[in-house]
Amino acid sequence: MKLVVLVPLLPLIGVLINGLFGMKIRGRAHLVAVSASGLSCLVAFVVFFRAVGGRTLDWDVYSWLKVGDFVVPIGFLVDPLSAVMMLVVTFVGFLIHVYSVGYMHDDRGYARFFTYLNLFMFSMLVLVLANNYLLMFLGWEGVGLCSYLLIGFWYEKQSAADAGKKAFVVNRIGDAGFLLGLFLIWSTFGSLKYAEVFKAVDPGLGTGIYTAITLLLFVGAMGKSAQLPLYVWLPDAMEGPTPVSALIHAATMVTAGVYMVARSHPLYNLAPFSLEMVAWVGAVTAVFAATIALVQNDIKRVVAYSTISQLGYMFLGAGVGAYASGIFHLGTHAFFKALLFLGAGSVIHSLHGEQDIRKMGGLWKAMPITSWTFLLASLANAGIFPLAGFWSKDEILFNAFRRGMTVPWLLGLVGAFLTAFYMFRLFFLVFTGSFRGDAHAGHHPHESPPNMAYPLVVLGFFSVIAGLIFGFPPDHGLYHRFVAPMFEAAHEPAGAAAHVSVSFEIGMAALSLAIALLGIGLAYQFYIKRPGLPSALADRMKGVYRLLLNKYWVDELYQAIFITFGKRVCTFLWGVDSRVVDGAVNGSSWLTVRLSLLSAWNDLKIVDGLVNAIADVIQGGSLSLRRLQTGVIQNYILAMALGILGMVVIYLFLFP
Amino acid sequence: MNVLQFPVLSLIAYLPLLGVLLIFLIPKESKGGIRWTALAFTLAGFVASLWLPAHFDAATSDMQFVERFNWIPALGVTYFFGLDGVSIWLVMLTTFLSVIGVVCSWESITERLKEYYAFLLILETGMLGVFFSLDFFLFYIFWEVMLVPMYFLIGVWGSDRRLYSAIKFFLYTLFGSVIMLLGILAVYFYHGAQTEVYTFDVLRLMQVSYPSTPIFSLLGVPFSFQDLVWLSFFLSFAIKVPLFPFHTWLPDAHTDAPTAGSVILAGVLLKMGTYGFIRFNLPMFPESTKHFVPMIIILSIVSIIYGAMVCMVQPDMKRLIAYSSVSHMGFVMLGMFALNTQGVQGSILQMVNHGLSTGALFLIVGLIYDRRHTRLISELGGLSKQMPVYATLFAIIMLSSMGLPGLNGFIGEFLILLGAFKVNYAWAAFAVTGIILGAAYMLWLYQRTMFGALENPKNANLKDLSPREMSTLIPIVIMCFWIGLYPSPFLSRTEASVKNILTRVNKVQAVAAKPVLSRAEGPVLSPVEACAEPCRSGPIPTRPPVAALPVRESR
Repeated sequence: MKLVVLVPLLPLIGVLINGLFGMKIRGRAHLVAVSASGLSCLVAFVVFFRAVGGRTLDWDVYSWLKVGDFVVPIGFLVDPLSAVMMLVVTFVGFLIHVYSVGYMHDDRGYARFFTYLNLFMFSMLVLVLANNYLLMFLGWEGVGLCSYLLIGFWYEKQSAADAGKKAFVVNRIGDAGFLLGLFLIWSTFGSLKYAEVFKAVDPGLGTGIYTAITLLLFVGAMGKSAQLPLYVWLPDAMEGPTPVSALIHAATMVTAGVYMVARSHPLYNLAPFSLEMVAWVGAVTAVFAATIALVQNDIKRVVAYSTISQLGYMFLGAGVGAYASGIFHLGTHAFFKALLFLGAGSVIHSLHGEQDIRKMGGLWKAMPITSWTFLLASLANAGIFPLAGFWSKDEILFNAFRRGMTVPWLLGLVGAFLTAFYMFRLFFLVFTGSFRGDAHAGHHPHESPPNMAYPLVVLGFFSVIAGLIFGFPPDHGLYHRFVAPMFEAAHEPAGAAAHVSVSFEIGMAALSLAIALLGIGLAYQFYIKRPGLPSALADRMKGVYRLLLNKYWVDELYQAIFITFGKRVCTFLWGVDSRVVDGAVNGSSWLTVRLSLLSAWNDLKIVDGLVNAIADVIQGGSLSLRRLQTGVIQNYILAMALGILGMVVIYLFLFP
Repeated sequence: MNVLQFPVLSLIAYLPLLGVLLIFLIPKESKGGIRWTALAFTLAGFVASLWLPAHFDAATSDMQFVERFNWIPALGVTYFFGLDGVSIWLVMLTTFLSVIGVVCSWESITERLKEYYAFLLILETGMLGVFFSLDFFLFYIFWEVMLVPMYFLIGVWGSDRRLYSAIKFFLYTLFGSVIMLLGILAVYFYHGAQTEVYTFDVLRLMQVSYPSTPIFSLLGVPFSFQDLVWLSFFLSFAIKVPLFPFHTWLPDAHTDAPTAGSVILAGVLLKMGTYGFIRFNLPMFPESTKHFVPMIIILSIVSIIYGAMVCMVQPDMKRLIAYSSVSHMGFVMLGMFALNTQGVQGSILQMVNHGLSTGALFLIVGLIYDRRHTRLISELGGLSKQMPVYATLFAIIMLSSMGLPGLNGFIGEFLILLGAFKVNYAWAAFAVTGIILGAAYMLWLYQRTMFGALENPKNANLKDLSPREMSTLIPIVIMCFWIGLYPSPFLSRTEASVKNILTRVNKVQAVAAKPVLSRAEGPVLSPVEACAEPCRSGPIPTRPPVAALPVRESR
């Protein structure tokens, strides 16, 4: 089992080789990267099957941080949850590595791309396999960094650099919450190791502390998994190369929040308010993002909003206590959403970078493999029986209903309808009808090369069968037998589930299937049967249309509040700093100088002036007296005579 | 312990001075000779200092490698050098950054080489002396000595308003240190009056508790003798850290200093302030430390957030990094005054981290300044394409400064926040916004300089880093990864000393439980009580009496 350390280590070796020698390797960088991720996937399979055999591992490799009573190891945990995650990450990751070889083949940053991609694999696997929250946080920030680097991969494009920064900063807000959650966990339980924390979980501490911890953790999840209100970075993240969107912003990284909530289920189970919050945020996000997806015209953005929406479903599942269903949807979603992105990439690739679906159409003939697999993925995403998405989504909705979350359940149904509609709007606009692009771009729409097409086929295969094989019958399939026991020890949250009959279950499934088919049918009406209808409708409901097209103006709102206003505050503070705070310093120096000048003047004029004045008086007196000293005898005799005369006169007058 | 009975600390401290002598013997024309001599001596100092962590005994909080002999017996002045867990990494940081300071000046300094390198080396001696000194008299001398070379480095080899900045730096710091001198004298005379032993020996001065009975109150806040002395030290150190609102000399000094000056200023000189707090304020004046915790915490949090926000909108790269230092040093102060193991150990580690990553950031700005003679962000942009190696190293350093897990900054910040959280949730919650802002301003800086299209034709032919330039950054990058992934060697060596200091500080809580009694009855303790009380009451046996210290007698 300790073999598991190779799973993250192999991509890391790939990073070191490509990172240090990428400049020399250049065009052969994929040899390193693809084999690293392939081998890692292979090892993951071995570990996975051992885990299926019932073995688990909780292994501290070395002590990372030890300060007083705070001790955190670098260590790995293999249990059903992390084994499933590890498998999804390495398998989808490997396929996307293969695909990237074709997609990125003539990019000048070829080696750099694969370095980042491997670094991502490493970080994601650390996140998933960590046996404590702090190491998970390392992976958590690591995938965030890779996301930043890969979104801004074409950094010369202003919009790409902006999007990368936005993703990082928005995620940092979530991470701040996560970090505070970690502090609270540690100060409550005295450890950050899952095993120790969950063992110390005690309902006697009161729900308050659990609610606080879980809400803080959920703030982190909202950032990473793009939920309201922190979802804004994900659509912009589409600036990155398409394989990146598939791997990071659909299949793996964005699901980390769901994984974290599921991982922390012993804490969430004691915090009913937090669970309800998770369910509500998930459900509302699912519908909110789906409505935006209805009217977007960029092929990748439609899929991106769809991702946000589907992540909402996963949180809805976790929030109603059906963690296993949430993770199941995570797994199936990884296949079909990665496939959608790779398919979109294949289309963009063949149209030389065109992403506007208004300029596509009729690609069915030119790109059969892409079209077929895209169709399958669309069906899976729409939740059509018996494809993968049907099983997992239905399970979530069913559990939501069963546990009495009626309004979130209804929202989920509305979302399902919208999903089916926007998926097939996209499909019909891109692949059916006639080509609407300009002649140059679409001169030869061609099928993608084999190394891009094969991953599509493999993912298509799993999008079809993953649900049926692993998820049938619902809640009791192969997958559930492996994973569900993990979550069972926990009590079901308050208002425990009502028991329902099998026929009711089938009825529910039929309902959601019917709703999805309705969505597809409507899309068929709109975009095949009566193509004039959408614009007519948009004209009729201008306000709604503009609201959706502009994504509820949330970006503009955030821009105004946080960026424009924030910058103004900063500039104001800078003014305060240089005028007031530094002004005080310079002011005191000015004052000192003035006082010194005053002293100098005082010294010169008053103190020294007095001295000089005395000297002047003496000198002046002496000068005037000197005049008397004429040296002429006659003058002296005259003076004496006058003096004697004077005395005689005084004598005569005063003493008569 | 000083196994060799060899004055290793003095050797390390004065080696650079030997270099200065030699440099003065080299003719002015031999520029290479001067550079290589400076490099040889700083490098030798660094290699010699490697001896310290290797032979450092992590289990004890005693002073190690002690050298002590009487210097001016009439005044109680001793020559007293020692090293413990608080200072060891700061010493290593000093010798490390001094080497880098020499290498990074290699080509950018072309005038008055002799004086330049002489000042750089004298500066190193001054800094090391500050960290080694355990005698206030000696400490004060080194503290002042250090100012002079820095003043000249900024004033002579600086840019733009260098004279203004140099004078501001000098006077502001001098102002603080003169007031500290009053505090030192107060402690000296109080100790003398109590014990009839007049001494500047820091360890002995710590054996007495200074009166903490309020003697007057101002605006409702009571002040004791101890508080006043504490404040006199506080002012000097807070200016040095710098803590809001005493920070405004820093952006000016940094902006106008030559690269090596900025690196050492950010890397080491700022640490003198935080070092002073932890070496003197905390263990010597525990009651006042507790008394002033709220004030320090508020100032730290203001520094963190305010520094980051002002940083955000700076047009000048150096000024931006200077303000980011204000923010980061706020974290260091916050952790220290959390007064628990995690906080203080994180704080010490973060001093080192800040020295490494902010020092490296100044190197990075310096490298661009050498090429383009501008520090304005708006002049740059799109350099990634032209200078990939530079861009990569910049990215790693930036991430380290932002506190990305796996790199050094995270460990420090995490421990500090953890320590703060332990005391008060709100402290950590406020401080955490500094981390968000930190990501924002760093990424924005990076984006504006490195990303985007290369539009300014002046940037079109910039050369990527030369091997010499890489050799200044790569060692720092390695250290960043080392501390980030395996911090144990660093943390384990600080642990014992930190625990000892905290025992001294937190012992006050026990006293504070029955406060009025001991203080109201007799504000003046007899010398015996004063000495014995702190030694016995702590739960963990504290420092042994002075006589038992491993002391090297005079030669």
